Amino acid sequence: MKLQTLTAVALSTALVSGSALADLVIPDLSYRTGPYAAGGTPFSDGFQDYLKMLNARDGGIGGEEIRILECETGYNTEKGVECYESTKGEGALIYQPLSTGITYQLIPKATADQIPLHTMGYGRTSASNGEVFNWVFNYPANYWDAAGVIVNYLLDENSGDLKDKDIALVYHNSAYGKEPIRTLEALAEIHGFNFKPIAVDHPGQEQKSQWLQIRRERPDYVLMWGWGVMNQVAIQEAANIGFPMENFIGNWWSGAEHDVTPAGAAANGYKSLNMNRIGDLPVFAEIKKHVHEEGNASGDGSNLGTVLYTRGMYAAMLAQEAIAKAQEIHGVADVTPVMVRDGMEALAISADRMTELGMENIGPEFSVSCEDHGGSGLGIVQQWDAGEGKWVALTDYIEPNDDVTGPLIDEDSAAFAKEAGITPGCYAG
Amino acid sequence: MFYREAGDFKTSYEADSQTFPIAFDRYRYWFVLAVAFLVIPFVINDYWANALLIPFLIYAIAAIGLNILTGYCGQVSLGTGAFMAVGAYACYKLMTAFPEINILLHILLSGVVTAVVGAAFGLPSLRIKGFYLAVATLAAQFFLVWLFNKVPWFYNNSASGQISAPERFVFDIAVTGPNTKAWAAYLVCLVFVTLSAIVARNLTRGSMGRRWMAIRDMDIAAEIIGVNPLKAKLSAFAVSSFFVGISGALFFAVYLGAVEVGEVFGINKSFLVLFMIIIGGLGSIFGAFAGAAFLVCLPVVLKVIGVDLFGWPPDLVAHFQLVIIGLLIMFFLIKEPHGLAQLWRVAKEKLRLWPFPY
Repeated sequence: MKLQTLTAVALSTALVSGSALADLVIPDLSYRTGPYAAGGTPFSDGFQDYLKMLNARDGGIGGEEIRILECETGYNTEKGVECYESTKGEGALIYQPLSTGITYQLIPKATADQIPLHTMGYGRTSASNGEVFNWVFNYPANYWDAAGVIVNYLLDENSGDLKDKDIALVYHNSAYGKEPIRTLEALAEIHGFNFKPIAVDHPGQEQKSQWLQIRRERPDYVLMWGWGVMNQVAIQEAANIGFPMENFIGNWWSGAEHDVTPAGAAANGYKSLNMNRIGDLPVFAEIKKHVHEEGNASGDGSNLGTVLYTRGMYAAMLAQEAIAKAQEIHGVADVTPVMVRDGMEALAISADRMTELGMENIGPEFSVSCEDHGGSGLGIVQQWDAGEGKWVALTDYIEPNDDVTGPLIDEDSAAFAKEAGITPGCYAG
Repeated sequence: MFYREAGDFKTSYEADSQTFPIAFDRYRYWFVLAVAFLVIPFVINDYWANALLIPFLIYAIAAIGLNILTGYCGQVSLGTGAFMAVGAYACYKLMTAFPEINILLHILLSGVVTAVVGAAFGLPSLRIKGFYLAVATLAAQFFLVWLFNKVPWFYNNSASGQISAPERFVFDIAVTGPNTKAWAAYLVCLVFVTLSAIVARNLTRGSMGRRWMAIRDMDIAAEIIGVNPLKAKLSAFAVSSFFVGISGALFFAVYLGAVEVGEVFGINKSFLVLFMIIIGGLGSIFGAFAGAAFLVCLPVVLKVIGVDLFGWPPDLVAHFQLVIIGLLIMFFLIKEPHGLAQLWRVAKEKLRLWPFPY
């Protein structure tokens, strides 16, 4: 233990000498290693490239330079804690952990440390109740919305009737994968379909038995809550048993290019949700000009424009808007985490603003309030065209079932408030 | 010069058979304890606590536990992760069912629950040995993780299947939950680690430890000289699981605060703790500490050097970590198959003669 103290002293000097001046510090808890790296890498590339572009083009946000602190978590909660502790001392303004497991870990910690947490389309769904989760935001959409959007889409496909249809859910056996079950059970009761959850254990490389079960039971639709290598394996297995791809729908973390390409032509017709638009956006040209051509691209720069790259960029844009809003509210450029929280709560994303940023229609229009940290919850359905090698949007933004998820959110957040001893109410400084 | 017995006279049997018979060793031990208890709590911050010291202390308890089973009794176990999970879930159920009872008691009780579960899964060890036993404990690993994922009672029916530690206090100071101060969490772990090490040390050099070692060295011969293998093996499983359970409870309640069983207590955890005792040294309490320190601190040190000092991309550093740690493990095992504890012993022998070796 003596040795330990010595290293501690030596390392702390190293750390102190490394930290810099007053900037807008945005940590990026990325994972470019491990079984989920295929998804983590493009997301992190998009996230960082966009912020780097803001630095190069606009000199940061509101004239204040952005400092990105990347920390590799490997999707591992212990490393996530280490990353959080090592970056929070540097004045981190906003955390986007990109892992439901790490999010659950950070919700109480960030609340106690008063640093806002933005879990875009993942994390704890009931955090959209802003009166209980003052410091957690999950706009523009969450998993329960996603479940609602898929069911609404299927209703649409079946002219409004899902009675006695069999719908299976292949899910990652973790907090992430279990999230939609409650909503789907509630919806199954309302619409009269038979719902069957089928678990796949981390990391999901082995799914033979699950797909044998599907082959035996022949459900009408298979939904998927997968991430990382699990997606590729599931799509390949679905192709192997000859499951009709157009009846196989993933959520928005199961619908990127790298998920479908390994199955080749067999993946043609696979559908997934998306919370952001895809396709060529003017902002990509800006990123190319200011970041890639300067040789500053994150990663190898090959992910520009892919589904998850776009989503990472969208996440960075939402952080940028929140910080800009905070600067506007408080009238200072060098904002603190508490101010950024105010900015997030007052955030409103309009179509005009998205166009102005060179990301026309990248996401739905939404606004955040003290009560509702969840945004609008809209999602689109996209389909993979294996011949062209690209995703095609099938629908416009579909509404979720707020009347179903609302009571579930109230119930779950009330349980959390009770457990954590929180009196629900708006944050009052 | 150091570690010399010359002039260090013992006048009683107790003094002769104490843990640190050499005076210098004893002073060093008291010095380390004094620094750990009296200095570190005052200088510790969140980063040092959560990134290094708390995981180190908790893993040290787990390694002590596994070392009793594998190092002292010779029963290979790949179920450590699952037994940690038993400790964590027992602690969670106790914490939520009896909120008014002191958390420290809950942690101890979690150890007891794990001891019972561990003894039950130790039953096959009476019939099978070596690799076959490892496979049987592997079954425990997968079964228990599956169970905690499958049965909602264990996670109080939460929507996500996660368990999260509510806030609990010792002497009105929060030791679990988000408002825990770094020093409080550190001290709780330190107290448990110190007590575990003292208890383990005294168990292993007492008659019980001698029975375990007899079984390890040759079970048939041990039986002939009158060691009851049933009692010896099951007690090793129970005692080992007790410590592992405590470490699991601390891991969940004090360190992480929220746990997802498949990810946190998976097979990787079993291997990690097994590597700790192999690298640290089988059959040595110091080895458990050395192995835990090696595998907890080295990745963090490498990360700090690579990312913060040299500014390399974090993914490159993460990949290098795997390579470097792998190489170091191989290096140590080739150069010193008995682990860091043996290195330490050799160093002590050398230091006795320094600066005038033969």
